[in-house]
Amino acid sequence: MTTPPVLRDEELETGRAHEEPGSHDNSVQIWLLRLVSALIVPGVLLLFFFTFEFLQDPDISKVVQVVVAVIVGVGGVWLLYWAMDRLVSVLPARAGAGVRPFVFAGPALMILAFYLIYPTIDTIVTSVRNARGDEFVGLDNYGRIFTESQYLVSIRNSIIWAIVVPIVCVVVGLAVATLADMLPRKTENAFKSLVFLPMAVSFVGASVVFAFIYSFRVEGFGEQIGLLNAVWTALGGSAVDWMRVPFWNNLFLMVILIWLQTGFAMVILSAAIKGVPDDIVEAARIDGANDWQVFRRITVPTIASTIVVVWTTILITTWKVYDIVAVMTGGNDGTSVVAEKMVREFFTNRNNGIGAALAVVLLIVVMPILVINIKRFREQEAVR
Amino acid sequence: MTTVTEKAPTVIKAPKDTRTSFTAARFPVYLAVLLIAVVWLIPAVGILINSFRNPQAIQSSGWWTVFGQLFDSSTWTLQNYQTVLDQGFANAFANSLAITIPAVAIPITVAAFAAYAFAWMDFPGRNLLFAVVVGLMVVPLQMALIPISRIYVGLDISGTFPGLWLAHTGFGLPLAVYLLRNYMGSLPSSLIESAQIDGASHFTIFTRLILPLSMPVLAAFATLQFLWVWNDYLVALVFLGVARQNNNPLTVELANLQGQFGEGALNLLPAAAFVTMILPLVVFFVLQRYFVRGLTAGSVKG
Repeated sequence: MTTPPVLRDEELETGRAHEEPGSHDNSVQIWLLRLVSALIVPGVLLLFFFTFEFLQDPDISKVVQVVVAVIVGVGGVWLLYWAMDRLVSVLPARAGAGVRPFVFAGPALMILAFYLIYPTIDTIVTSVRNARGDEFVGLDNYGRIFTESQYLVSIRNSIIWAIVVPIVCVVVGLAVATLADMLPRKTENAFKSLVFLPMAVSFVGASVVFAFIYSFRVEGFGEQIGLLNAVWTALGGSAVDWMRVPFWNNLFLMVILIWLQTGFAMVILSAAIKGVPDDIVEAARIDGANDWQVFRRITVPTIASTIVVVWTTILITTWKVYDIVAVMTGGNDGTSVVAEKMVREFFTNRNNGIGAALAVVLLIVVMPILVINIKRFREQEAVR
Repeated sequence: MTTVTEKAPTVIKAPKDTRTSFTAARFPVYLAVLLIAVVWLIPAVGILINSFRNPQAIQSSGWWTVFGQLFDSSTWTLQNYQTVLDQGFANAFANSLAITIPAVAIPITVAAFAAYAFAWMDFPGRNLLFAVVVGLMVVPLQMALIPISRIYVGLDISGTFPGLWLAHTGFGLPLAVYLLRNYMGSLPSSLIESAQIDGASHFTIFTRLILPLSMPVLAAFATLQFLWVWNDYLVALVFLGVARQNNNPLTVELANLQGQFGEGALNLLPAAAFVTMILPLVVFFVLQRYFVRGLTAGSVKG
């Protein structure tokens, strides 16, 4: 029997039976204790910061730094929880039961509030202020983003990335998964590992790998050491500076992300394909269906929901792509994308307002996915 | 199950047979597979070969030319690796380790405690707070860059390792809490009940019972988070800044080196790239099972 990944009713009952007295006691004292318990741990974490200031001393050897970092960083966190739990145990049983959940969940919630929730609000506020953040300018920054050509190019490119990369990854991933499914077991695993391998490579590393494919030398300045130009010139063409070909350079950059992400699509889709019930496939084959018909009429419809999930996941990754563009072209020659432009506006041009507005553009596009996720979660919870 | 298959008529067995034996009819499949394999492998093979070639050779000819002089001892050298490690990549490797290990261990610890609370403790606002966690999974970390780097500069912790650890913790937490909570919540309630009847505290139940049982999902998330942090460029670039170049991880060093492409760095890039990739590749091969499991579970992120 498979257990659903949510709590069942009787489990909830158990939980309530033990926690009820404290959790629903809303006295000021208990809320204060909850607040303190949630605050102490991040407070001590901040203390870590200043302890580590001295580790920044260049005279201390790197090994000592690493060892101390690991011992204090990892051991310290565990110690904190233990100390907090001890602290709560001292409280009266009722109060302790009310506070303890916040000892457990509090630090995570505090960190999320500090690193994601507060910054989101702050970035939105910054986006309606001027470059230095000292004057309210309304929607001026957004107005500039959607009218000035330098930003429109970034937005256009990001949209093209978001359309091309997820679709190619899903289609190739599906093709690879289907082909792999036809191979003998050992060959299948080797083949899948190979396509999956780039998932372990950083975007920066992959960019360097492809820099050697797109490498270009002006004719007369040595042999072409880039694979693409070597093939191109061997076929009779003259060497091309691929990273400077208007518009097409964007597609050459997308190839890098496709190389990286197709393995992800393939692995997830392959698992889904394995889950297609054998009897349906066999029944179709008895009825005379060929490989293509089985794929088109049975496999694809059965795994449709997985395809959507893979597509959205890659879409989110693609929409936020920064490293590849920053390393390969620095956003020059019409290759800029929103996430890259955002970093450049903030850190190079020191324009907080525009930088924040571009970040908000990144957020707005993933908002529907965020809403759908929460809805889906609510439905799951309602069912249980 | 097996008996059914054995008794089944040949018509039904037919598709299974083609799966395990090479037949002429399957030739197009093998051709396609071979083609994809070659296309996928060539970029990596090219750079691996280049990393072991003479610096002058890398500058003057393509990596594919080695096939004419495979057994010529002057073709191969470890000199590039030597140079790269001496030029700061050994230091950067240590930095990457110093950044990654705590940046994996801290979020797992923090998330595990939170996940336990969300799965097995009752408190007001539990479902609402968890819905927030679910929502935060897709918030782009770009939203955090400007405010957090301002705060870091204000606190004068910009450029420190702890600043990076906590940033990575913050960005990895939503998925971690989500994955761990779903896994922990699916463990049988009878276990927790009987432990509670025996008088075990939540802390004991968590450390002695839930945590050991959750090892598969912990390993899955650890593998994912390791690869994210090790391969991260943006967060390190923004929060380390230019002031503390001595703390740069491998990705930042590699990107800097790439910036000098054509100024003599060309012969160092392949070796440098491989130094950055070696550990994730090892992790990938050794822990592939957990990695796939984590990815499969994590794909709900979409």
